[in-house]
Amino acid sequence: MEHKIQTPITSEIATTLHSGDYVYITGEIYVARDAAHKRMKEALDKGEGLPIPIENSTIYYMGPSPAREGRPIGSAGPTTASRMDKYAPQLLDLGMKAMIGKGKRNPEVVDAIVRNKAVYFAAVGGAGALLSKCIKSSEVICYDDLGAEAIRKLYVEDFPVIVVIDSDGNNLYETAIKEFQILN
Amino acid sequence: MKNIKTADIVNIVSEMCIQANHYLSDDMNSRLKNSVNTEKSELGKKILNQLKENLDIADKEQIPICQDTGMAVFFVEIGQEVHIDDGLLTDAINEGVRKGYTEGYLRKSVVSDPIERINTKDNTPAVIHYDYVAGDKLKITLAPKGFGSENMSRIFMLKPADGIEGVKEAILTAVKDAGPNACPPMVVGVGIGGTFEKSALMAKQALTRSFDDRPSTPWVKDLEDEMLEKINNLGIGPGGLGGTTTALAVNINTYATHIAGLPVAINICCHVNRHITREI
Repeated sequence: MEHKIQTPITSEIATTLHSGDYVYITGEIYVARDAAHKRMKEALDKGEGLPIPIENSTIYYMGPSPAREGRPIGSAGPTTASRMDKYAPQLLDLGMKAMIGKGKRNPEVVDAIVRNKAVYFAAVGGAGALLSKCIKSSEVICYDDLGAEAIRKLYVEDFPVIVVIDSDGNNLYETAIKEFQILN
Repeated sequence: MKNIKTADIVNIVSEMCIQANHYLSDDMNSRLKNSVNTEKSELGKKILNQLKENLDIADKEQIPICQDTGMAVFFVEIGQEVHIDDGLLTDAINEGVRKGYTEGYLRKSVVSDPIERINTKDNTPAVIHYDYVAGDKLKITLAPKGFGSENMSRIFMLKPADGIEGVKEAILTAVKDAGPNACPPMVVGVGIGGTFEKSALMAKQALTRSFDDRPSTPWVKDLEDEMLEKINNLGIGPGGLGGTTTALAVNINTYATHIAGLPVAINICCHVNRHITREI
């Protein structure tokens, strides 16, 4: 099934999306990867607030290449989500509702997705040039010193993703493979 | 004796960095683009078509194919009659990387220390492997390597008794574990034999071999064909979302080894298997 949705993605929206659905996202999303997650965790450990409004937020795991003049961003495809598994359950419990990345998630993340009625999307890995065309603006929000790993706010239009893990815990990476597997 | 100036090396390496990140080699490009014709999954076809479109956008609009423009890995063959008299070859290559990654709007993905992790902001240092050969040419191959797939690479120190069946199992294990993380359809580089580090080096170098350049040893050629079929039967598919195109190629390099060992290294690369060679 295909959906066109607008951010913020709430639990009400997330629960209408099912593993295997094709979704086009429009609206504001945040970008953070390894080093930014580490800093956010350190901030929380110290009792400080997060640098982004986490309630109903969508985080895209990505580190872009530099933008050429006149363009909002460079190449901008997803990075491997499992490196953020250590941080994702806490952010989900704090209100994050959607993650965009690529690759497997661990059982703790799947549990946190179900518990919080959230969703994990995959964008096509290695399609950074194509995906950059759906990004209309990009602004560094904080951690500028991290370069490609800084936290950014993007405005995306019809950004194409696929629901991998839905709010019921169905996982496309496990189900789809079985359909095309030829056992020798 | 042939003299080569470091300034020429810097400029050529810089151009290579930019070119490799915007265009795939012809064999890689056509194999990726043709894969949509045989893919059985509808979602898989859709993803492969997006990857085709991605290559066209990268070319026309000069946006890197992938945002992970990699750590710059070089294989350098130095003819014994080549002389570089105005500086160090390693410095010239690193200067070329610095220039190419800065001027070419490529991502700087290198940290100076694996634990302290401070970005060097110019994508240096490169990883450079040297080899001395006959002649008066300097042959430079660059393979910018992204880490989504690099992280899924494996090494197995098998026993001689494990034989070819053990090798097949090792390759399938690495590919299965990599699954969607390595951005399939992947290219699988395999090194069999040598020592611990030699097998890993061969696996990396195998990724830079043209698909048209097949192994001369019959069992190696047969193993490449068999493993490609077996990998594509795993069902992982484009993006790991199910399908019949899990790998585009399996390239295997081999070397002599010790009576007690059978090292097998599997270096996985995503569909953006970038490599470029220039000769000076």
